[in-house]
Amino acid sequence: MSPRKLLRNIGLEAGLLLIGIPVLLWTLIPIYHMFLFAISPKDAAFSGQLWPTNPTLRNFEMVFAQKHHFLYHFWLQMFNSLIISIGTAAITLFVATAAAFAISRLRMKGGRLVMNLALLTYFIPAAFLAVPMYKTMGMYGLLNNDWALVLAMATIASPYAIWILRQASDKLPVELDEAAMIDGASPFQLFRMIYLPLMVPSLIAVGTYALLLAWNEYLYAFLLLSKDTAITLPVALGNFLSADDSPWELLMTAGFLYALPPAAIYYAFRKYMSSGLTAGAVKG
Amino acid sequence: MTASVIDTPARREKSRWAGFALSERQTWGLLFVAPYIAIFVGFVLFPVGYSFWLARSPRLYVELANDPIFLRTVINTFVFLVVAINVKMAVALFLSGFFTHPRWWVKVLAVLFVLPWAVPSIPTILSIRFMLNPEWGVINQLIFKLTAEDGPNWLNDPTLALTLSMLVHIWKSLPFWTLILLAGRLAIPHELYEAAAVDGAGAWHRFRFITWPSMSTLYVTCTLLSMIFTVGDFNSVYLLTGGGPADLTHVLATLGIRYLRLDQVGLAMASIVCALPLILPLVYFMMKRLSR
Repeated sequence: MSPRKLLRNIGLEAGLLLIGIPVLLWTLIPIYHMFLFAISPKDAAFSGQLWPTNPTLRNFEMVFAQKHHFLYHFWLQMFNSLIISIGTAAITLFVATAAAFAISRLRMKGGRLVMNLALLTYFIPAAFLAVPMYKTMGMYGLLNNDWALVLAMATIASPYAIWILRQASDKLPVELDEAAMIDGASPFQLFRMIYLPLMVPSLIAVGTYALLLAWNEYLYAFLLLSKDTAITLPVALGNFLSADDSPWELLMTAGFLYALPPAAIYYAFRKYMSSGLTAGAVKG
Repeated sequence: MTASVIDTPARREKSRWAGFALSERQTWGLLFVAPYIAIFVGFVLFPVGYSFWLARSPRLYVELANDPIFLRTVINTFVFLVVAINVKMAVALFLSGFFTHPRWWVKVLAVLFVLPWAVPSIPTILSIRFMLNPEWGVINQLIFKLTAEDGPNWLNDPTLALTLSMLVHIWKSLPFWTLILLAGRLAIPHELYEAAAVDGAGAWHRFRFITWPSMSTLYVTCTLLSMIFTVGDFNSVYLLTGGGPADLTHVLATLGIRYLRLDQVGLAMASIVCALPLILPLVYFMMKRLSR
């Protein structure tokens, strides 16, 4: 290797590091800061150290045992989050799979219109739809009911789900349907025995998407649910802000526990997620 | 099928079958879309229609225009969209290039880099909020240790607070757009770069004449899509500043909710209606692009 080329390679490596290190710090500092609070004793948390002198798991004990009035319903709220996420994923999958099947496989008249309505919904900014949604949930008498949040989140998740599923479904060969139809299969049999099994990877992507969307949602949750026993975990965490003397180290500990499942799910299903979710965007 | 098709008995037989199947298909199709239609009517069409009806009085818009917070909010939203999104997309474009370099540590970094997007907003944004606390926050403690002077009261200055909200927004959504643009870059045929290398093209020329022409459509689509999403970004502002100090850092997403919390639904909807001229062109453009 010529000295000049060597020099250029060193320059490239140094340049990459010069980008990589700031990116790493930028990405991790807020998350590390949260973790640091979680393992620090109450007084040490505010001392501005980069690693606590006496790291402790006491905060986790406090949260697990619900030993603070901000945390009296921690487990119940986590359970609410879980139920609402699973409910949202289930309803979104049901609604979107069926709709995508009708639009893409049955090629029903008006399918395009339905798709466009769904896309239009997808483009309504979430915070704007929240106002009408709150009003109508009140009219339906669903405020403070888990169903309000499940239905709201399914409404928000479905359009994108339909769009992704329709794209995946369009890729399945038409001959499959024709062959099944000639053999006398009804559309429902087609749906159950051919469409569903072939769509499994996309269904996993869409289900995970809806699950995470509902688990992470703050705005709708705090508008639609307010009772301490009905709220989801993010709303409970937001409520810490209402007092001046909030136990930050406990908030960060609870927040850390709340952030773990979605991160784990994301990384577990990363393959499905990224192929499913980026395919659509790249197309444009 | 055009009229020139010869009408053989077999063809007629088939088309009769097709005609019958179509109507049966149509029934099944309606059955299958019914759940979504129900959701759409119950939770989108009716709420939105009802809210427009609530926002019908011109008096509301006069009241809104006379609210000094509203004007400030519109300016904030505009600044947020123009500055935050363009900075974010430019950085994402740059970093997507960085992540194409085949190094083991770049791969590891790419996995970690997604964390802000994979983790829920609440705990991380609150963590950032605590870092910025003027007395106990780690940032001002460091400033005090290094300079023996008090750091700024970060979130108490409207300009600074809005800037920090934009940074929070970028922190949260940068990974997503970087991944999308990375996928776009990886879809460019490698031969193009090899040919350019043979011709002795430098990094800038490779970007200018290969990468950018292949990616500009995707980049613009992403920018517009990000604008639509960001108009509805409630968390980055609300969780960091709560709209404060003195309601000077609201954006349209948080202002509507503020009015709603003050039980002024009419004003809330009116503020959203005012945002429509901003959003509808974007939505129209995106619909044209995506519904092909």
